[in-house]
Amino acid sequence: MSTTAPTAGGSAGRHRPRHAGDRLLSAVGLLCMLLALAALAALVYDVAHDGLRRLSWQFITSYPSRNPERAGILAALVGSLYVVGLTAAIAVPLGVGAAIHLEEYGGRGRVSRLIEVNIANLAGVPSIIYGLLGLGLFVRAMRMERSVLAGACTLALLALPVIIISTREALRTVPKSLREASFALGATKWQTIQYQVLPAAFPGILTGLILALSRTIGETAPLITIGALTYVPFLPTDIWSPFTVLPIQIFNWVSRPQAAFAENAAAGIVVLLALLLLMNAVAIVLRDRFQRRAAG
Amino acid sequence: MTRFRTRTIVEFAIEKALFLCAAGSILVTAGIIFVLFFETAAFLREVPILEFLFGTEWTPLFYDKHFGALPLMAGTLLVSAIAMAVALPAGLLTAIYLSEYAAGGVRRVVRPVLEVLAGVPTVVYGYFALQFVTPLLQSFVPGLAGFNALSPGIVMGIMILPLISSLSEDALHGVPNGLREGAYALGSTRMQTALRVVLPAAFSGISAAAILAASRAIGETMIVAIAAGQQPRLTLDPRVPVETMTAYIVQVSLGDTPAGTLEYRTIFAVGMLLFLSTFALNLVSHWLRNRFREEYA
Repeated sequence: MSTTAPTAGGSAGRHRPRHAGDRLLSAVGLLCMLLALAALAALVYDVAHDGLRRLSWQFITSYPSRNPERAGILAALVGSLYVVGLTAAIAVPLGVGAAIHLEEYGGRGRVSRLIEVNIANLAGVPSIIYGLLGLGLFVRAMRMERSVLAGACTLALLALPVIIISTREALRTVPKSLREASFALGATKWQTIQYQVLPAAFPGILTGLILALSRTIGETAPLITIGALTYVPFLPTDIWSPFTVLPIQIFNWVSRPQAAFAENAAAGIVVLLALLLLMNAVAIVLRDRFQRRAAG
Repeated sequence: MTRFRTRTIVEFAIEKALFLCAAGSILVTAGIIFVLFFETAAFLREVPILEFLFGTEWTPLFYDKHFGALPLMAGTLLVSAIAMAVALPAGLLTAIYLSEYAAGGVRRVVRPVLEVLAGVPTVVYGYFALQFVTPLLQSFVPGLAGFNALSPGIVMGIMILPLISSLSEDALHGVPNGLREGAYALGSTRMQTALRVVLPAAFSGISAAAILAASRAIGETMIVAIAAGQQPRLTLDPRVPVETMTAYIVQVSLGDTPAGTLEYRTIFAVGMLLFLSTFALNLVSHWLRNRFREEYA
C-alpha cells in the first residue's frame, strides 16, 4: 500500500483512543508474523541440534544398517540424485514444450482453455494421488516394477504442472516488441521462439525448473505409494534398479522407536535441507549471472 | 524454393510436437481418473458403497474386516481443522499487517522467508512434529499421547500459513487504493479501513486462499503418517492417535499387499475419496479467485 494514510500513533491527543485499535491490530499482526518466523527458527534449530552431532563422512558414505551408529545415507543420497536426474530428463522437455505451446501458439480456442483449466487442477492434486497413479499405471500396467524409472515417471507427472506454470510466467516476461521485431525481419514463428524468446526467457525458465526439481527431491509420499524400498544396501546401476531416496530413508528412521535412529533421521534431514539450499542458491546465482549478461 | 518448403514442414512439425506436449497433460488427468475409477469399481463390487461411506469401523487389515471409511474421514477432518484453526487467523493477520501496516522493505524481506516454510519437505515437518512439538505440548496438555492429532495439526498449520498469508496479501493488495483513500477521507483510521473496507472487498480472494489451504491440508501425507499414529478412530479428541486417509494409504503401501486383493483396492477407494474432495475444493477456490479478478479487473 502506498497511499498517504494517517499514521498510527503520534497524532494529536484528541485522536489517541481512535488509534489504540490501530496499534493493537498492527501489534497482533506483527506477533503472528514473528511467531511464524519463530516456528521456522525452531525447526531449523531442532534439526541442527539433533543432527549435526551425527553428521560425519562415515554417515554420508555408509549403507543402511541395523546398527544406528554404522548406518549411513549413501544409497539414499545417490538414489535421490539418480531419480531427480531422470525426472528432469522426462519432465523438462515435456513441460517446457507444453508451456511454449500454450504461451506462444495457444489461442483462446476451446482446446487451449481446457488444457489450461486442466493444468491448474493438476497443480492442486495431492502428491499421494500421483503415487496411486504411478502404482496403477507404471508399476502394474506397464510392468516397470519398483524401479528408478517408475519413480522418475511418477515424479515427472507431479512436477509437470509446476514446470508448465513457471515456464509460462517466464515466457510472459519477454516483451511483445521483441517478437514483432523478429517477425518484421522475416523470421518464422519457431525461428523467433528459438533465437529471440527462449534466450530472453532462459534465466526465468531455468530458475523455475530448478525450484520445481528441488520440490521433487523432498517428495516422499508418492514414492512410498509406488512401493520404493526402505532398506537398500546397494546403489542403483540402471533405470531398472530398485531404489530408495533420502526422504524415505529419513521416514524409515523417524518411524523407529530407538533414539539413535531419530538422531540419524535428523542428520539425514540436515543433508536434505543442505541439498535443497544448494539447489536454490544455484538457481539464484544463475539467474543473476544471466540477467547481468542480458543487461550488459 | 525447396529451402522454403523444408522450413514450412519444420515449422509444422514443431507446432504439432509442442501441441502434443500440452495435450499430454490431459492424459495425466485421464490416467488419474481411470486408475482410481477402475480399482474403486472393483472394490465397490465387494463392499457396498453405503458401508464404505457411512460405516463407523475401518479394519481392512484385520481378520474381522470392516470397510467403513468414516473414521479415516473424521481423522482427516480433525487434523485439517486444527491446521486451519492455526493457519487461518495467523495467516490472515500476517497478511493484513504486511499489506496495510508494514513498510515496503519489511514486506520484501519477510515474504520470501515465510515462503521458505512452504518449501520445507513434509517429512521434515513430520520429524519436527514428533520429536519437538509433541514433547513440548505434553508438558502442558494432560493426557496427550505420543501419537495424536493436535501436534501434526499445529505443524500442518505452520506449513500452510505462508499459502494463506501470501495469497491473502495478494488479494488485499489487489484492492484498488481509491477505496482506501475514500475511507480515509471519511475520517477512518487504518484499522477501520483495513477491517471494514479492504477486508470485505478482498473477501472472495481470501476465501479462495483459505479453501486452497484446506485442500492442501486434506491431501498432506507425511506429517500425519509420522506423528498422528495409525489407529482409525471415530473421535474429536485431539489428544489420542488417529489415522487420516493419506496415512492409511502410506500404511498399506509400506506393507507387502499383493495386487488385486481387496486390501490393495482399499487404497484406491480411499484415494478416490481424497481426490474427489480436494478436486471439489480446488474448483471452488479457482471460481472464487476468478470472481475476485473480475471484480477489480
